[in-house]
Amino acid sequence: MIDLKQDYFALFGLVPAFSIDMERLEQAYIDIQARVHPDRFAHLSDTEKRLSMQWATHANEAFRTLKSPLNRGHYLLELRGVDPGFDTNTAMAPDFLMEQMEWREALGEATDAADEDALDDLSRRLRQNARALEAELARQLDEAGDLEGAADSVRRMKFLEKLQHEINDALTALES
Amino acid sequence: MALLQISEPGMSTAPHQHRLAVGIDLGTTNSLVATVRNGVPQCLQDDDGKLLLPSVVHYLPDGQIVVGRKAQATQATDPRNTIISVKRFMGRGLKDVAHVETMPYDFVDAAGMVRLRTVQGVKSPVEVSAEILKDLRLRAERSLGGELTGAVITVPAYFDDAQRQATKDAARLAGLNVLRLLNEPTAAAIAYGLENASEGVYAVYDLGGGTFDISVLRLSRGIFEVVSTSGDAALGGDDFDHRLFCWILDNAGISLPSDRDSRRLLMKAREVKEHLSFDESVPIRLSLDSGDEVDLVIDRQVFVEITRPLVDKTLRPVKKALRDAGLSPEDVKGVVMVGGATRMPHVQKAVGEFFGQTPLTNLDPDTVVAIGAAMQANVLAGNRAADEEWLLLDVIPLSLGIETMGGLAEKIIPRNSTIPTARAQDFTTFKDGQTAMSFHVVQGERELVADCRSLARFELRGIPPMVAGAARIRVTFQVDADGLLSVSAREVTTGVEARIEVKPSYGLADDEVAGMLKSGFEHAQADMERRGLAEQQVEAARVIEATEKALLTDGTLLNDTERAALDSALGALRDAAAGNEVRAIKLQLEAFNRASNEFASRRMDKSIRSALAGHKIDELRI
Repeated sequence: MIDLKQDYFALFGLVPAFSIDMERLEQAYIDIQARVHPDRFAHLSDTEKRLSMQWATHANEAFRTLKSPLNRGHYLLELRGVDPGFDTNTAMAPDFLMEQMEWREALGEATDAADEDALDDLSRRLRQNARALEAELARQLDEAGDLEGAADSVRRMKFLEKLQHEINDALTALES
Repeated sequence: MALLQISEPGMSTAPHQHRLAVGIDLGTTNSLVATVRNGVPQCLQDDDGKLLLPSVVHYLPDGQIVVGRKAQATQATDPRNTIISVKRFMGRGLKDVAHVETMPYDFVDAAGMVRLRTVQGVKSPVEVSAEILKDLRLRAERSLGGELTGAVITVPAYFDDAQRQATKDAARLAGLNVLRLLNEPTAAAIAYGLENASEGVYAVYDLGGGTFDISVLRLSRGIFEVVSTSGDAALGGDDFDHRLFCWILDNAGISLPSDRDSRRLLMKAREVKEHLSFDESVPIRLSLDSGDEVDLVIDRQVFVEITRPLVDKTLRPVKKALRDAGLSPEDVKGVVMVGGATRMPHVQKAVGEFFGQTPLTNLDPDTVVAIGAAMQANVLAGNRAADEEWLLLDVIPLSLGIETMGGLAEKIIPRNSTIPTARAQDFTTFKDGQTAMSFHVVQGERELVADCRSLARFELRGIPPMVAGAARIRVTFQVDADGLLSVSAREVTTGVEARIEVKPSYGLADDEVAGMLKSGFEHAQADMERRGLAEQQVEAARVIEATEKALLTDGTLLNDTERAALDSALGALRDAAAGNEVRAIKLQLEAFNRASNEFASRRMDKSIRSALAGHKIDELRI
């Protein structure tokens, strides 16, 4: 029996790794949803409806986790018994902290000046940065087996994601 | 894609087994019902050959309730008892409703949801909506010649949990079995996408009478994946009428019109707005009860200017939805226009300019939602042919969270999460020896709880006394395929289990809904019982048929003992269904559901394995 607790990679027939074939992931997700989605069971018994909801929920959670580089990296660390410690481990390299402060300063200035272009530009630079971190994380997890380094990369990605949310919120606030 | 209907051997596509299912677009201004007949989706007409049912309900002193065109015709003579645009009040408190000062109703501010005092007593918006739905149910049953198996009811994508729950309750009250609540723009995308075999990223811009939605969807080979959605649940064609109404008052020098004059001016404003979509200038002439004479002319350009802020207001959610999807306007292949208000040329122009392309207006913006809902209802009722497969993946529009210290909202499920979904988060105690914890469930994007919508409050008791911070209370949010939330909480460190499940409501308690069900005059006791029995019998027949079919294909998943047990449960259910005891059928259904759990699990397992196996074959070929 397929276990709802089995790892998400196995659910989609993938080898656990940071670098995955996104097209295959998406196709496997669609193939599974096509079979378990509640729309397929709306005319059946309550037992089947309940099972369908459990499975569809599980597939959605698994897909959400593997689709995002940050969540996928975090999940792989968990599978290997490493807690990135988002709340507890705040010791970051000085250069990263400096960079963080610069980002925040730029965000504050652009927000105060209601400068949409500056916010967009910031968002673009952030994405470039995130991509570089993803490449590094792929190397750490899939090649070097450097779990400590990977945990550090994941923490950095978490910072960038938070910043991206703040930029989006600032942009939304500008429009209203 | 061309959808050929080829039935799988043994599948029920024979006409007598076709289950009657409808899609209902419960609109602010008009409502419609549609079905799929002989593979063709179509809206159903009333006795006068009309498709649109004006969403107007008139309560008369003699206990009669008139719905639709007739009620609309008398709205100016009895405005207080003639409810229009009731959708704006669904799941809303008095403070949430815009322009109350110009509405001719006798509002009663009840907890959770506003009520209206009429000549037939205080009515909740749920009851008023149920009258509209009942009218459509009866129309469908006359037209199709039988009782309905179920209905898909559409809701604005941006409706929150309270509004969705209110809509579902209204449908129950109208005697409908709700197969699914479906988001309006998604319904439109189904109708549009299947018709045009669309592939790629599409935006659906849906400006209805009282609500605005924007959904961004990815369409590919029968998959309708909603990527993001946004909107404004209190912005629609009504607001354009209201601007025009205010312009008329200003320019005719009228202040504080009576209820009747207000309603007549509002009707006039709507009529003038519709004419302005075709004519460059329109005369406004009206004699009021007060003796005032209105004699004005309005140019389209003036109308465009006074309503520009409203059009601009729709573009903000559009930008937000694109940002959430990580897309730019250029990535969008087509923009589907839905809702009567998108007929206004300046709305089309603004949307066209924003996306840099001419919006798609080739589908009737009034009927496309009902058509899409009918197609979905047909699939959900199990009428779908084997290769008529398409899959719908929708999202929740607003984040769901819980109040934490300092009045802050902690998001548990972020907006645009694909449904169904569940997410858990752990919380802990604040004081030593704390044995109870209270939770406040909220919906919205703002950081402060005060700025979000309050959905429910509940308490978890019986937490074993521990030092502060030692207990771990796991709160789980589950959102089902209708976009409706249920919440549970339990303490996980000790063996002691304190557990609670809540369904958020909006002040209309379950027994209140039950009370309404009973008091409905059309639902006389005998009628209720007859309907209850019929429902259980249909349910039992459905389960028996589905199980027999499943046993034919997957019977080998059970060993002889298991098979015998299932057969005996099936026999007991069959016997009960042949009788007239509602309770007996219900009990046997429950017993059968328990007995079939293992079989259903194994079938699901087999199905998922074969989905993955299909993959591995693909890989080998490469």
